[in-house]
Amino acid sequence: MSDSDQVSGVLSKLVIENPWRKLRDFTDARIGLGRSGISIPTAHLLAFQLAHAQAQDAVHLPLDTDELVAELQQAGLEQQGQSLILHSRASDRAEYLQRPDYGRRLNADSVARLKDFMEQQASAGVETEPHDLAIVIVDGLSSLAIQQNTVPFLQQLTKALDADSQSWSLAPLTLVQQGRVAIGDEVGELLNARCVLLLVGERPGLSSPDSLGLYLTWNPGIGLTDAARNCISNVRQAGLVYPDAVAKLMYLLREARKLELSGVGLKDRSGADDALDAGSVSGRNFLTSE
Amino acid sequence: MSDYRYMLGDQTWSFDSLAQLMAKATPARSGDRLAGVAALSAEERAIAQMALAEVPLKNFLNEALVPYEEDEVTRLIIDDHDAEAFKPIAHLTVGDFRNWLLSDEVSSEILTQVRAGITPEMAAAVSKLMRNQDLILVAQKCRVVTAFRNTIGLAGRFSTRLQPNHPTDDLTGIAASMLDGLLYGNGDAVIGINPATDNVAQASRLIRMMDEVIQKYQIPTQSCVLTHVTNTMECIEQGAPVDLVFQSIGGTEATNSSFGFNLNTLAEARDAALSLRRGSVGNNVMYFETGQGSALSANAHHGLDQQTCEARAYAVARKFEPLLVNTVVGFIGPEYLFDGKEITRAGLEDHFCGKLLGVPMGCDICYTNHAQADQNDMDNLLTLLGVAGCNFIMGIPGSDDIMLNYQTTSFHDALYARRVLGKKPAPEFERWLAEMQIFKDMDNYRLNDQLPAAFAKSLKAVESATGGTHV
Repeated sequence: MSDSDQVSGVLSKLVIENPWRKLRDFTDARIGLGRSGISIPTAHLLAFQLAHAQAQDAVHLPLDTDELVAELQQAGLEQQGQSLILHSRASDRAEYLQRPDYGRRLNADSVARLKDFMEQQASAGVETEPHDLAIVIVDGLSSLAIQQNTVPFLQQLTKALDADSQSWSLAPLTLVQQGRVAIGDEVGELLNARCVLLLVGERPGLSSPDSLGLYLTWNPGIGLTDAARNCISNVRQAGLVYPDAVAKLMYLLREARKLELSGVGLKDRSGADDALDAGSVSGRNFLTSE
Repeated sequence: MSDYRYMLGDQTWSFDSLAQLMAKATPARSGDRLAGVAALSAEERAIAQMALAEVPLKNFLNEALVPYEEDEVTRLIIDDHDAEAFKPIAHLTVGDFRNWLLSDEVSSEILTQVRAGITPEMAAAVSKLMRNQDLILVAQKCRVVTAFRNTIGLAGRFSTRLQPNHPTDDLTGIAASMLDGLLYGNGDAVIGINPATDNVAQASRLIRMMDEVIQKYQIPTQSCVLTHVTNTMECIEQGAPVDLVFQSIGGTEATNSSFGFNLNTLAEARDAALSLRRGSVGNNVMYFETGQGSALSANAHHGLDQQTCEARAYAVARKFEPLLVNTVVGFIGPEYLFDGKEITRAGLEDHFCGKLLGVPMGCDICYTNHAQADQNDMDNLLTLLGVAGCNFIMGIPGSDDIMLNYQTTSFHDALYARRVLGKKPAPEFERWLAEMQIFKDMDNYRLNDQLPAAFAKSLKAVESATGGTHV
């Protein structure tokens, strides 16, 4: 045996592979990584560090409102100059992360802008009736989620709203920077909307830096809690796909309008979870199948 | 209301109440700043610690931090206080309580004897005066052993919860993570799933699935679905094979109300689980999770600092003789614990307070992607808690929870901690790992390079069943 053979013989055992790695076909979980001794092999260590870096960057990447507005216009989702760019009371990301209370409220400029807008509307004599729905777009903890999902999601949603048997009058789109979920209720109240739909970038995970959350509040107002909202989570290409999210959302919107409420009193019975009851009582899987 | 004062030179510092003094004496963290209860300067914090050191332990029995009339957790703490057990420390101040805990004479046995005489507020107070090494040294002297199908918390042992979460609760995906964990020697504390769809039907389905796996491979461990206590009670009524009842708990009645339960609910649930008689070596049937910040986030903190609220949760836990309690230390986000330093401190405080009060304490050593923390911070806290004698940690494939979107300790991490600290899993589980040939040399922490026979068969089953569809 030559020296080089001995070296490669040692090298081939540096990483002990796991034959069950093929189960990755069934889950995104980091299973079957193999091991160097009892530790994570270098390649997987580095892949993890990259995923963490991307997730951290997603938290700190600012929302590019100019680009988003341009894309919304291009997609025909907003009238020229109609959408409103707003900001929470959190001045920057560092403050945003430590003061959730600031992220839940609009700053004084934004409140004034919304009030001006409503006065202009009133003096122009348009829309004295409340809007049926205000759509509020909020960066939250992942601007990436907003940047990637907003346009394609809203394209499908507006189609569904147009096709609905009852008409839905929409308030102008609003975009909020450094915002949290509750800020949508303040925007909805100031826009005199009967219902608010909030799109927010969710806390990024390692395998999901681009996950969008949807929050629905009937009769929005300052001071409401999560108990007054319905949530649809994990909306993204590799998670809950747009058609399914839109179907769930349309169900909740119709029910909220019919019952005039949202939150704990509005149960999601849209049927997406029916598969559960249809499944066998037993939890058959490959570990117990034979 | 009492007034606490401290003279330094010609300046007198005063604190309105014991609650305020406790809050100001707490090592700095973002949640207390958010609540507006933190010291306003580093000097004020140090002075508050000096003032707190002079407070007699007896004061905590006479000055409830949350009113007795308003809060059933306070009533539990006061009504269950054991005056006889308290006697050996009844004369001490908080400062001398620290000296007493650290003294050579105070052994594991003595700490066990005084346990019922220590209130959560006393534990929290003394922890605020302790350095990290004090928290480790005293916690290591405490021993809290519990049992169900195996024995957790023995000296020289270090257990893990196998956490095979999946974003859609896909059974094959969950089974894949379970297999991964078992073959890395994890899962002796519990196999515990956080369900993505949180209802009774789903919980029952997952409980049955885990029960079948545990039975087929004769694994000396227990299962749990981390759903609301009332869901688990319904599962039991419907005949599901429930091992452990889970609930997130907090340190005030208002926090627990916001979680949708009270102490009676927990008592009923425990009775229901005990009636199933599923434990083989013990009858600890409850699993609780806690974490600093939960009271404030429910606006139920009564002006207390978050660490004191957390310690009060352990009074709730110990009432129901749990198998496992863990603080999910970095999960809640940077508004409560900002960075790796604050997470580390909180993890050590929680473990110390829990153990001192007699709670079988483990820790979900974790962080979110919006906190200033990384894998190195987790390595540090894991090592520190391992030295401190922590009962158990989480185990998850590659540290990445793809359902809850946060990072916790991996299966590999647990093996690291066991190897560098010379710790073994629970004895019953250790025997099983050897029998199944998952380890080829347990004494030297060497895993088997070959796939154990029983599991090779199961993997074959996947191959024969798959054609792009889930089995």
